[in-house]
Amino acid sequence: MTDLATDVLIVGAGGAGMYAAIAAARAGAGHVLLADKSLVGRGGATIMAQMTVAAALGEECPDDWQAHLDDTLAAGRGLCDENLAALLCRDAPARIREMAEWRVGWARRENGRIAQVTAPGHSRPRCCYVDFLNTGPAVAATLRRQISQIGVINRVSNLAVTDLLVHDGEVVGAVALDIAEGEPVRIAAKAVIIATGGLTRIYQRNSASANMGGDGYALALAAGAALVDMEFVQFFPIGHLAPRVVGMDPIMWDPFRYKLGGRLLNRDGREFLADYGSDESAGYTTPRDIATYAIQKEVAAGRGSPNGGVYLSFTHVPRHSLEAAFGPVIGRLAKNGIDLARAPVEVAPIAHYHMGGIAVDTDMASSVPRLFAAGEAAGGANGANRLSGNAIPEALVFGEVAGRSAALLAAKRPMSALPSGAGADIVEQIRSLADGRKGDIAACELLDELREIMWRDVGPFRSAKVLSRAIVRTEEMRAALPKLSLPPGRRFNPALAEWFELRGSLIAASAVAHAAAARIESRGAHQREDYPDSDPAWARSQRITMTAEGGITLGPSQ
Amino acid sequence: MTKHTARLRIRRGTADEPQPRYEEFALPFEPGTTVLDALIAIRRQQDPSLAIRYSCINANVCKECLIAIDGVIDYACTTRLRDDKVMTLEPLPGKPLLRDLVTEIRPPRERLK
Repeated sequence: MTDLATDVLIVGAGGAGMYAAIAAARAGAGHVLLADKSLVGRGGATIMAQMTVAAALGEECPDDWQAHLDDTLAAGRGLCDENLAALLCRDAPARIREMAEWRVGWARRENGRIAQVTAPGHSRPRCCYVDFLNTGPAVAATLRRQISQIGVINRVSNLAVTDLLVHDGEVVGAVALDIAEGEPVRIAAKAVIIATGGLTRIYQRNSASANMGGDGYALALAAGAALVDMEFVQFFPIGHLAPRVVGMDPIMWDPFRYKLGGRLLNRDGREFLADYGSDESAGYTTPRDIATYAIQKEVAAGRGSPNGGVYLSFTHVPRHSLEAAFGPVIGRLAKNGIDLARAPVEVAPIAHYHMGGIAVDTDMASSVPRLFAAGEAAGGANGANRLSGNAIPEALVFGEVAGRSAALLAAKRPMSALPSGAGADIVEQIRSLADGRKGDIAACELLDELREIMWRDVGPFRSAKVLSRAIVRTEEMRAALPKLSLPPGRRFNPALAEWFELRGSLIAASAVAHAAAARIESRGAHQREDYPDSDPAWARSQRITMTAEGGITLGPSQ
Repeated sequence: MTKHTARLRIRRGTADEPQPRYEEFALPFEPGTTVLDALIAIRRQQDPSLAIRYSCINANVCKECLIAIDGVIDYACTTRLRDDKVMTLEPLPGKPLLRDLVTEIRPPRERLK
């Protein structure tokens, strides 16, 4: 068996994980292990981002980070952890300018200034981007280039951390599955950073990468850490629905709404956002939670489009303006049979981001010693609803802080081997699963069922009845884990990694459902059919921990 | 919408097997469905052991699902299914085979020593 030792183990190599590695190296870490289930820098959410990045650069008009913070707190509907939100907004400009120095290629005006647009919820033009629809891939490629030049960063792809190892109340390392060989790996670490992104992959309609099933939350809970705001899942209102498009991310339409003012229409061709209190006569300003609510209500009232969404129309925009704004994207759309000058497309909400996550302080330290979190995996900064453009700054800013904090902590401790026998049960479990198991149902089938349940019962609209149904079923599925069928095989056996993915996703799903059931009000991204109004008494966060038996426990924030 | 049937002839197994082995799968599809959609559906409905690399699923940004489709190197996520002939799916030529359609595409520095 392979045994590894490192100063800082980073679980997940998207934007937050890659940045954490850079920061840990800068802070003097002698050895950083950057591990990803998928390929380093190619999975996760960062590379999927096609939209904008918020930072108070003041390139278009005067701006300061406190104005950005005001907008972030307003979007968060009273639930943001103000210290985390302030950190995000304060450090975002430095990170974004650093990315410019690293030649990410922010779009610029003719005068050379970085272009900034006004995304929904922002009080001024603050959001930069890389044309065309290339923001995430450019950020990911830039970070990949940076980490490849730093010798102390050891990258490992296809390494799935299955369990954290805890000794005397502290995290001391992890056990991982080497997916390529199907073998267990033990890792001793002085500090661990969870940068696994969110959990949107557990929803049927999602804009996630395959490795975003919420396993980082399960790792943290099992290690004794607390989660916060788990009930708040952001549904991006205008995810692409029809006609079928390939080679493009379903969240592609937003920047074109900013640039061109695409109109949202119901079945009758009527703009409906004003019916829900959002006036868009002065531009595209409706926050995501309200737009999602309005679209779902139109569909429920029978005024939706044929495939169960609404129409997004650019037919009022002259063809030359479409071509100028969409650039090469027009050709990619044409290959998919879409001509925006002639016909609208259908859009509908899609699970896009998770506001909740691992509870951290402003050093990104969790409630368990030596365990940190960064990026979407960390909860609290965005409260009940994330402001557009805050996800990539969150990844970079929190990644920087987590990497630095973890390296400074690691520097104070000598490297020590794992306690004898640590993780032996997990190693045995991996080997036993790789031998194969007979059963009636496979993990991938239950993952599909879980995605259906989460979309139907723990989605944009919730009620006590459907939430309790989801809680019961996820617990049944957790109990069924030992009895699942699993084809034997070690080398790149997809079912082996999938068994662990399902185990983590069920815990993450259960945490969301429990928190949603307990919050008997509607706020931001959490909308209850049976409690449609906000309740001032609920202007507080909930924390989730795990009992020794693996149960989900809810409590108020501290 | 008219239902179509795709027939996919897929190279199976690991490099340890002496002879290349192929299995044929049939599945119904609606126009617009991609090869990656079909592979995910086959895993879900017929054979969970089928190995394929993918990450971004539909956006064509991760570039992990590159395979040989009827002998042409292409992305499974952007190639549409057809029903007029059997489509042959094989792992990337020239890369070490791990299992089925999965090859060793990790840069050497991203592998466990």
